[in-house]
Amino acid sequence: MSINQRKKRLNKKEQYKYMTRLGWDPTYQKSEDVYPYLKMEGIKIHDWEAWEDPFRMTMDSYWKLQAEKDKKLYSIIDAFAQNNAQKNISDARYVNALKLFLTGVTPLEYKVVQGFSHVARAFRGEGASIACQMQAIDELRHFQTQVHTMSHYNKYFDGFHDYAKAHDRVWYLSVPKSFGDDASTAGPFEFLTAISFSFEFVLTSLLFVPFMSGAAYNGDMATVTFGFSAQSDESRHMTLGLSAIKFILEQDPDNVPIVQEWMDKWLWRGYRLLGLVAMMMDYMLPNSPTSWAESVELYIEQNCIALYKDLERYGIELPTDTINTIIAEKGHLSHQVWNIFYNHTNAAAFHTWMPDEEKMNWLSEKYPDTFDKYYRPMFERYIELEKKGERFYSETLPIICQTCQIPLGFTDIEGGNPHVYTHETSEFNGEKFHFCSKGCKHVFEKQPEKYTQAWLPPHQIFQGNCGGATIPEVLKWYKIENGVDNLDYVGSPDEAMWNKLKNN
Amino acid sequence: MSIKSIGEYPIIMKDSVENFNGNQVVYLYWYGHRVVSSPRAFPLPPEMPFGAIISDLIPITYKVEPDYEDLDFENLEVIWEVDGKVIEPDFSKSLKENGVGHKSFIQFTTPTLTGKVGA
Ligand SMILES: [Fe+2]
Ligand SMILES: [Fe+2]
Ligand SMILES: [Zn+2]
Repeated sequence: MSINQRKKRLNKKEQYKYMTRLGWDPTYQKSEDVYPYLKMEGIKIHDWEAWEDPFRMTMDSYWKLQAEKDKKLYSIIDAFAQNNAQKNISDARYVNALKLFLTGVTPLEYKVVQGFSHVARAFRGEGASIACQMQAIDELRHFQTQVHTMSHYNKYFDGFHDYAKAHDRVWYLSVPKSFGDDASTAGPFEFLTAISFSFEFVLTSLLFVPFMSGAAYNGDMATVTFGFSAQSDESRHMTLGLSAIKFILEQDPDNVPIVQEWMDKWLWRGYRLLGLVAMMMDYMLPNSPTSWAESVELYIEQNCIALYKDLERYGIELPTDTINTIIAEKGHLSHQVWNIFYNHTNAAAFHTWMPDEEKMNWLSEKYPDTFDKYYRPMFERYIELEKKGERFYSETLPIICQTCQIPLGFTDIEGGNPHVYTHETSEFNGEKFHFCSKGCKHVFEKQPEKYTQAWLPPHQIFQGNCGGATIPEVLKWYKIENGVDNLDYVGSPDEAMWNKLKNN
Repeated sequence: MSIKSIGEYPIIMKDSVENFNGNQVVYLYWYGHRVVSSPRAFPLPPEMPFGAIISDLIPITYKVEPDYEDLDFENLEVIWEVDGKVIEPDFSKSLKENGVGHKSFIQFTTPTLTGKVGA
């Protein structure tokens, strides 16, 4: 046996330790100066070592696996492009769901990259810091793969051309933008609760499962592939979210009420944001695998409630009011959001349309208590107007909620007035503020200083900050080409191109 | 929970009336009507006569509602509310004189026209 015996391989734990040993105790600077955000929110952490990165054991294979996933994804995107697979989707209407995803959700992924990078820097514990850095890297990959996947559609369809500018400017995109800005300007513990827990753990299935199964149902294999590629990361993010929240709760009983407030706030904000997904599922997918109401039943009424039950032993309570509202609204939400977009499609970067008879019947079947009573007659009236060549577009701007920035288009279901728009108000610093719901009013009143600085698109237009006072001027500033990117699907260049594709 | 911050947190009133070039923001809602997908917002001079809501704003906002053709302000009962308080507007007087301020919410209810669609 040689004297220079080869060193034994490090075991997984040692490997992780050497790979991630980035922490140190500051000596010539005060710890509070190096970590200025740690005490700000009132969260007490006594032992950072108690939080180990839940993925430390798989760290070694992480890079290899992610590289393989990316390789696979890009070869499928290549094949998709080579075979002109955009022709194989169910209908060009479907592509509008992708436009909404790219402009609405993908920039949020990027916001999450920034948020996790910031949190990784702000945390004192090495395990927590590394776990957050790794998630920032994952989210960056999601952002990139989404942009790359959809860039193929950009060659054939309108509306994909300037997603970054659109995200900063276009009225409805202020909804996801304000969500991301609110989370990433919170302290590190609130950010973690908002994104890791509320979004990743409680709500991400409501976003990704419908999107990806919707893509599969409509023949969009490129999107299905990025969905799978991201979904395997999401399960890691969910694990991080749950372990993070349990760690914070276990560290000190004083943390419990603070975390509870955040959980309540972000469940509500996330639910409002997912109104976009509700309309995508019920209206934008030509073939819908599930309705919004069915998804609420599975992910909220079953999964979410079970999760909160698990957290009861830490003193966390089920946000009963919010859950009751979500359940009460489940038969109305998608129809109301679609109506908002139908009204304002003259200022959107995608097309809307009225459902055909087959889709109307599907909606009646999925929503037996609400669709025929409250929405079908309204939509039939729109169709009547369309037939007369008077397709309705609003000439006026909506009042939007100071918190969630959605137009006040939700009706008072719980109060028994499904035909009356819910409207709440509050006052701060001598000025009035308006809200779409009790949930949004509550969020505002907890931190009015934050939401008074909200950039509300109609008000910004009125203040003269968006290129002018008329719709054509504002569209120009949005970089939306009038008559091309916006207006009804019927009569659009997308429709003309699709008909040509199908008939060749 | 109020704002937690490592420094002093500024109060920025992004939508103060000074920022609207002499106008004030006013919101309008025809109670119970849903074809128009939400109440609407307008930048209006405070000196605008209240009657201009009827002559100028309501047509461009609500002409799509099936009830619109029966909306006769001369002969129908109409209940006006400003910021939740019922008022008897003087249509020749200004918004300001009728108690409409910056970010006021004006609601009008027509008890005989309740927003039924397609019935
Ligand atoms: Fe992601
Ligand atoms: Fe994620
Ligand atoms: Zn809201």
